Amino acid sequence: MPTITFVDPHGIEHDVEGDVGQSLMTVAVNHDIPGIEGECGGEMACGTCHVYVADTAGCVPPPRTTDEAEMLEVLIDGVKPTSRLGCQIRVGPELDGLSVTVPSE
Amino acid sequence: MNEHHDVVIVGAGHAGVNLAAYLSKGGYQGSVALLSNETILPYKRPPLSKGFLLDAEPLESLPLRTAEYWAASPVDLQLGVEVLEVRPDEQTVVTASGRELTYGRLVWAAGGRARSLPLPGATLPGVHQVRTLDDVLALKQELPRASRAVFVGGGYIGLETAAAFRGLGLDVTVIEAAGRVLERVTSAEISEYFHRVHREAGVDIRLGATVKEFTERDGRVASVVLGDGEVPADVVVVGIGLVPNIDILAAAGASCSNGIEVDELCRTSLPAVSAIGDCTSQLNPYAPDRRMRLESVQNANEQAKVVASDLLGRPAASGEVPKFWSDQYHIKLKTAGLIAGHDQMVVRGDPGSGVFSVLYLSAGRLVAIDSVNNPVDFAKGSALIKQRAQIAPEVLADSAQPLQETGLPLTAPGARSRVG
Ligand SMILES: Cc1cc2nc3c(=O)[nH]c(=O)nc-3n(C[C@H](O)[C@H](O)[C@H](O)COP(=O)(O)OP(=O)(O)OC[C@H]3O[C@@H](n4cnc5c(N)ncnc54)[C@H](O)[C@@H]3O)c2cc1C
Ligand code: FES
Repeated sequence: MPTITFVDPHGIEHDVEGDVGQSLMTVAVNHDIPGIEGECGGEMACGTCHVYVADTAGCVPPPRTTDEAEMLEVLIDGVKPTSRLGCQIRVGPELDGLSVTVPSE
Repeated sequence: MNEHHDVVIVGAGHAGVNLAAYLSKGGYQGSVALLSNETILPYKRPPLSKGFLLDAEPLESLPLRTAEYWAASPVDLQLGVEVLEVRPDEQTVVTASGRELTYGRLVWAAGGRARSLPLPGATLPGVHQVRTLDDVLALKQELPRASRAVFVGGGYIGLETAAAFRGLGLDVTVIEAAGRVLERVTSAEISEYFHRVHREAGVDIRLGATVKEFTERDGRVASVVLGDGEVPADVVVVGIGLVPNIDILAAAGASCSNGIEVDELCRTSLPAVSAIGDCTSQLNPYAPDRRMRLESVQNANEQAKVVASDLLGRPAASGEVPKFWSDQYHIKLKTAGLIAGHDQMVVRGDPGSGVFSVLYLSAGRLVAIDSVNNPVDFAKGSALIKQRAQIAPEVLADSAQPLQETGLPLTAPGARSRVG
């Protein structure tokens, strides 16, 4: 199983295993990662799965779709180039070792 | 000796599970027991009338948390445990097997059950309801040999299930006693839109129709008898609302009306007893001066958050705008705010295009939005509702302008802030 590192709003790192096909939001919710709620269940309607995804160890998730980019702008104050909705990123073998940061809000 | 927990949560639905998760995420130091009278891992209900019926969402995706989550969690999830009695003086709950558990705080999160029809034939095989996973598994088993389905009740869950059945190729009739579908929950504009979409999909909707009885053939339901006529049916789904599970707490002395009455911190009238989710009735800051019982995942989450903060000794989160969603065919409806007591309504965009919103105003302020296939309006509308924004109806109606940038000041004088 791919391992994903979530850096929570307190700066604490959580290394967790995700199932292939699960979204980063679902993985986070199943590991009580602080700051990630996934309130809308992955409908791109709440923004409570916002994470920053940097290019770590060559792990790059597929780019945002237009819908995701549009909803990020609407839902998140101060979107950064690395901002993503965790519910829109599916875990795959290529993401093993990915590190994402949960914004502090 | 009695089993004691600092927190006993009764009911492991969206409300109970989220509370347990907020407590463990928040580093709660006490012991937490989460009791469920269901025997399977706590699961999501919304897919039951949507993707799960259509096999778009598999059984494995239904649990709210994985088995590994519960194995690692400090929360003691106890499945197959039904609470029958609450003794507030002794801070004790009694289970069906006679076990007594004492609590520091009891959180009642028992949701509700499907309302049944007290009519002849209503308990025949082939007559179903849609509230639990078991309900829906039983319904799915009927599908291979059913070709005619009749729905009693045109609410969101009934219409979602009807849409799924149409998608699976069944003949579908919807019987609605009121003058329009969704009458209890939304405006005439949205009702008409869904009515039209269902009609175009081939659903036969009978408005103002009353069911007299269900007839039987070969030990199964065979038809639904109406005040004026009869509709043959291989399978019937009764979706006429929810009865909140309040009886046990009411018997213990808690103030109840349409639900268990709770204050802004979700405390009941009983000492050391809170209540959250579908079973509660609360004054809502988005519908001033009105007690409401909301049936939504978001309300269950919000109230769970409030009780978690209360138990963790942290300030309660400020009132989020109530939200709800419904998926039918290709339509994603999203609602923010409460459609109750508005005095003005604005349609934004063309319903004929399948992308539009209906905005609801009260004394010039935006109080609610129904958005159809328009997530951007929904998100912007939610934010404006939270600000109690005043926006001119002409501006709202102009879908060429984004909802936020109206050029008018988005002042919120006299906005009511949530207590706590
Ligand atoms: C088919 C369907 C579709 C829905 N779609 C949507 C949607 O699209 N969007 C939305 O926002 N909402 C939707 N809802 C509503 C949403 O699911 C509810 O608002 C939510 O489940 C409420 O959570 P709850 O925890 O209060 O209650 P529940 O989820 O009902 O959980 C209560 C739990 O308590 C248990 N329980 C009851 N009594 C006892 C007892 N005495 N002892 C032990 N356990 C007990 C019950 O068995 C149940 O497991 C839908 C509901 C259904 C049924
Ligand atoms: S979970 Fe709501 S936007 Fe991702």
